Amino acid sequence: MLHTLAVLVENHPGVLMRVVGLFARRAYNIDSLSVCQTENPGISRMTIVVSGDDQIIEQVSKQLYKLVVVHKVTDLTNETIVDRELALVRVKVNAETRMEVLQTVNVFRGRVVDMGRSNVTVEITGDGEKIDAFVRSMRPYGLLELVRTGTIAILRSDN
Amino acid sequence: MNGAEILLEALEQEEVEDIFGYPGAVLLALLDALLRSKIRHILVRHEQGAIHAADGYARVSSKTGVCLATSGPGATNLVTGIANAYMDSIPVVILTGQVSTDLLGTDSFQEADITGITIPITKHSYIVKDARELPRIVKEAFFIARTGRPGPVLIDLPKDILNQIVTKAASSKMTLKSYKVFGKGNIGQIEEFAKSIAKSTRPVIYAGGGIVTAGATKPLRALVEKCNIPVVTTLMGLGCIPSDHPNFLGMAGMHGTVSANYALDDCDLLIALGVRFDDRVTSGLGHKFATKAKIVHIDIDPAEIGKVVRANIPIVGDVHMVLEELVSRLTLPKVSEWWEQIHAWQRDFPLRYEQDGRLSPQIILGCIAEIARDDAIIVTDVGQHQMWVAQCYPITYPRQLVTSGGLGTMGFGLPAAVGAQIAKPGKNVVLITGDGSIQMTIQELATIAQHRLPVKIVLMNNGVLGLVRQWQKMFYEERFSEIQLHANPDFVKVAEAYGIKGMRVTTAQEVKPCLTEAMNHPGPVLIDFVISPDEVVLPMVVPGNAITDMLGR
Repeated sequence: MLHTLAVLVENHPGVLMRVVGLFARRAYNIDSLSVCQTENPGISRMTIVVSGDDQIIEQVSKQLYKLVVVHKVTDLTNETIVDRELALVRVKVNAETRMEVLQTVNVFRGRVVDMGRSNVTVEITGDGEKIDAFVRSMRPYGLLELVRTGTIAILRSDN
Repeated sequence: MNGAEILLEALEQEEVEDIFGYPGAVLLALLDALLRSKIRHILVRHEQGAIHAADGYARVSSKTGVCLATSGPGATNLVTGIANAYMDSIPVVILTGQVSTDLLGTDSFQEADITGITIPITKHSYIVKDARELPRIVKEAFFIARTGRPGPVLIDLPKDILNQIVTKAASSKMTLKSYKVFGKGNIGQIEEFAKSIAKSTRPVIYAGGGIVTAGATKPLRALVEKCNIPVVTTLMGLGCIPSDHPNFLGMAGMHGTVSANYALDDCDLLIALGVRFDDRVTSGLGHKFATKAKIVHIDIDPAEIGKVVRANIPIVGDVHMVLEELVSRLTLPKVSEWWEQIHAWQRDFPLRYEQDGRLSPQIILGCIAEIARDDAIIVTDVGQHQMWVAQCYPITYPRQLVTSGGLGTMGFGLPAAVGAQIAKPGKNVVLITGDGSIQMTIQELATIAQHRLPVKIVLMNNGVLGLVRQWQKMFYEERFSEIQLHANPDFVKVAEAYGIKGMRVTTAQEVKPCLTEAMNHPGPVLIDFVISPDEVVLPMVVPGNAITDMLGR
């Protein structure tokens, strides 16, 4: 099962290596990873999607806490959260398929950010499943390039 | 002041008295400053010797060991020793020289990314980018190394930082925001623990290195003696209860005693204290381990709990504090039937050795125990001799035995004995080693000679890599492969070449007079005991099988 972990770490050089090295040497699988500075410039937030059963996730979390640079680990999996991913998708189009593709993009509330003679580039955000569905629907037209950020997630506020 | 002087001042603040090290070009400023410092530098002959010596020093003294190596090859030569200290949770601060900050990352002469290389085997590490940070970094490094579950911390020191002139005094205030040390255990859980003892009829204590680290022998003995609970230990736990204590069943695991392994298998309450359910104890079968038991697991490292076996009563905390809380809450369990069973196992399956008058390892060890002082520090290397020591040398107090447990590092013994003797100059230090192990760090005989360390080296010389040979004999139909050490030197002459007294023993009759002479000799002695390559370590758990499946019962 996939778990989404929010990991607050010190914003220093080398911290990413400590964290991902831990996953590699303990044989945990990272499904996706995104990192950037938070509202506090001294702290970065990593959103790590990792697969494993509850016991493995508990170990991942405990091992992460042993790193001096890790401040907090939160498993967001069973919480009410907003999770988003951004994808940039370049799709082959021709005179026949162009309108069809653009309609599909609209259905998914995507945005065309670039257009060439034979392709369009679409920006789309949503949870991972929505992006997967969009990518699936584009595949028959000819998927030229796909860039995904990996999931980021935030807890919904209490009220 | 320059960075080197600031560093030494910070080390003095941490009450560092001895550093084990080896010089190099980037360390020149530091070597120069050492001439004016109170800190003593012990010159070894290889950086691996420096880290193992610092490790041995820490093990016997419970202080933090310190070692020093230059950049590049100096630093990479430390790697085995750092891993060794990490596996056994030994507090060591490692100082490595590094190329100047402006050359970092350019593949410059003697450059190696030692912080990167050692991430998996250090508790934490630093690259110093400004000499003014040194007081804080040194303070944090020692704090991290010795607190919680101890471990090695590395400080990488670029050459320009050691030379940097600093005029303004720098702060040593620590800025560790999230580093947490667990102390007292949860009281509710400790009460559950006490209740589980009261209800139990077949309890056993499985005690490890955590007891030694926490200095928890007193409350452990209180628990053991008050409730009359049998105790088994790990290799790292030897000494946390005297080996002649009536409740001690011996070491558990691969080469443990039958009664220890049977007790672990048959108990209804497993009290795991400062242990990590290592595969040399569980046979790598966590799910088949102590299956009839409720498991109480106390450890200062939360990640150890639930890692190998599920604990019914997990308690995160300092085992000393937890046991002290516990002993005031005890209700005595009814264990007389359990003891009858255990005594029957002890009677039916004692540790047995053939006594046919030959020069056997057990005769040598028995004689050392007789002649050396009771508090003699016993250092071992890794292999058969190590297991024989673990099985039959009377270890009576914590920190008496210095041995490489988790990593199993051949070559650890000689330099660790150097560190032990430096830390405890007034004590007998006896190194028990093998002809394979000693040759991995044999250059440290020069360190022993140079510093006139009166270490007594007991070399069990069988001309082979005995433990590997034993496996080939038992499980590979005697197809011996690559275990003959054909070109062994004459170890007596080697010792003498270093100015160390050398002796050779080939018969059982010579053991006692020779050891007596060695112990009375004021300086170091190496005794080459020529034993048979057919000596084996028994009993032994069949690899991959449950711990009750033992050969040589």
